[in-house]
Amino acid sequence: MAVITYLEAIRSAMEEEMQRDERVFVLGEDVGKGGVLNATKGLRDRFGEQRCLDTPLSESAIAGVAIGAAMYGMRAIAEMQFADFIFPATNQIISEAAKIHYRSNGDWNCPIVVRAPYGAAGAGSLYHSQCPESVFFGTPGLKLVAPSNPYDAKGLLKAAIRDEDPVIYFEHKKCYLSISGEVPEEDFIVPIGKADVKREGTDLTVISYGMTLNYCLQAAQELDREGISAHVLDLRTLSPLDKEAILAAAARTGKVLIVHEDNKTGGVGAEVSAIIAEELLYELDAPIMRLCPPDVPAVGLSPVAEKFYLLDRDKIREAMRNLALY
Amino acid sequence: MSVGQLNRHRMLGLSDDQVLEMYRFMVQARRFDERAIILQRAGKIPFHVSGIGQEPGQVGMAFALQKGKDYLLPYYRDFAFVLAMGMTVRELMLSIFAKAEDPNSGGRQLSGHFGCKRLNMITGSSPVATQIPHAAGIALAAKMQKKDFVTWVSLGEGATNQGDFHEGCNFAGVHQLPMIICCENNQYAISVPYSRQLGKARVADRAAGYGFPGVRVDGNDALEVYRVVKEARERAARGEGPTLIELMMYRLSPHSTSDDDMLYRTREEVEENRAKDGIPKFRQYLIECGLWDDEKELRLQEEVKQLIQEATQYADKAPAPKPEDTLRHVFAQPVGEA
Repeated sequence: MAVITYLEAIRSAMEEEMQRDERVFVLGEDVGKGGVLNATKGLRDRFGEQRCLDTPLSESAIAGVAIGAAMYGMRAIAEMQFADFIFPATNQIISEAAKIHYRSNGDWNCPIVVRAPYGAAGAGSLYHSQCPESVFFGTPGLKLVAPSNPYDAKGLLKAAIRDEDPVIYFEHKKCYLSISGEVPEEDFIVPIGKADVKREGTDLTVISYGMTLNYCLQAAQELDREGISAHVLDLRTLSPLDKEAILAAAARTGKVLIVHEDNKTGGVGAEVSAIIAEELLYELDAPIMRLCPPDVPAVGLSPVAEKFYLLDRDKIREAMRNLALY
Repeated sequence: MSVGQLNRHRMLGLSDDQVLEMYRFMVQARRFDERAIILQRAGKIPFHVSGIGQEPGQVGMAFALQKGKDYLLPYYRDFAFVLAMGMTVRELMLSIFAKAEDPNSGGRQLSGHFGCKRLNMITGSSPVATQIPHAAGIALAAKMQKKDFVTWVSLGEGATNQGDFHEGCNFAGVHQLPMIICCENNQYAISVPYSRQLGKARVADRAAGYGFPGVRVDGNDALEVYRVVKEARERAARGEGPTLIELMMYRLSPHSTSDDDMLYRTREEVEENRAKDGIPKFRQYLIECGLWDDEKELRLQEEVKQLIQEATQYADKAPAPKPEDTLRHVFAQPVGEA
């Protein structure tokens, strides 16, 4: 097994899938030169400019063209340069991609992957940092995945490309270079719809995804020295949620903290919390807690504003300790 | 009429049988539409959106395409078009009755929301112009896979104001895709007239902004529409890129069964346009060619009436979707299935 970065995991997943299946192609803004975030580096040289296709600045066309090509039988990976720019494509994703199979009564389907580089990586400010997953969450017909480490990043992207349905692949920009890990050389997938226990524990359960999951693991390690044992569940797939895994993880400790970088109101955590509340009232030893950035439009540029807004290991450790001691 | 004009369809490469078939589809569509409106008024179906007045242009387009080969993305008034491309009156009737057997959506979508894999007909939605980027995607796939089919897509003139029209056309222009974009300019986007949708601009002229030809054609003249679309198809098949075609038409019926068109136009205006209806004009052409007469007309009308009647009865009696079918087909690959 080789140790690679999250970004390399994404790139190699696309490369291997393009090699495996000639119907797979990538389209998006600046993908030819490798993409502004380097995810498609080398793909044009290897597969040609048609299969690593630079598009006009038109997010709705990027999604819409991918949808059309997919209905014909291609496997399109549509790159949104930043998830902050996905909104012009939202009608294509929600009104079209999500409903094509349903509205045609199973006649047509839409196997596209929309790659959405999201989250704050530092100094991105309002329009290069957003977490728009809650906009798409709660849209039946869409699958949403959000890996936290290179293994999941590679396995989930491969699964998404091979999937018969539209998948939005939320790749956290802060993970790109800061998270490395072991990834097998041989072909593998991580199944969509399966959460993963990243750490076993007995005192409280932390449920998260994406970059904050890594902070949760770091905080858990620190709390371990204080004698607090945290159970950490990585959702990995945001929609459809792995209810079974959520309920099992919550029941394990009876105390649940949900952590995500998307703001609190209407976020994925609200639904996770409701699932637990509906099923596990008598298993709980404390109120279900959520730790998320405040409900302001997005993160500001000033390092002071950024530090205040974003979650980090310290804030998460504090919230975990408070809940453990509840 | 000169001999040349009498043989107009032959000069265009259409046989006598084909023009007679064209006429049959126009009549079928018109009678279907009229029946659908009555069924809605009688409370038998919930809703209908009609294409009355647009049939000749639609049939002209259909005959210029290759059935079973080209990919089709019709918009919600294209009843005559889809009939001419192989959907049956019974299937259309099942769709407006929202029955399980409806091939378009199994009773899920409103009237006019076509889709049928058997006919290479892509499923459509209600937000207008979203189909233009889809068409570009299919045409891109044809180019990538080196297939020689052409992708045809239609929309109304109001929809040409949507961002997706611009984004899709621009994409098609950049990549010189084998695609035909047909705008059925029926003068009204529900109640808002052309002048308030595009001002003095012409839809066809918009093509210049994308670097491909735009053609305006009399949509009431089925043969002229056929000629223009056929030419566009040949250009596309030769790898010369897309064409935008603007069919000048008039929507004789209200927007839908929920619309009162007298709130925004006059009866005189509608009657004036009814006089330009392309169906009687086409019949006249067939008569002048010696291909048609009163007796044949009577027989056709009777035959179509019978067809509509049978389709109505079939669809009325056909089973509705099962309640629990509501839960089906959310995903093509439900989680947990490889």
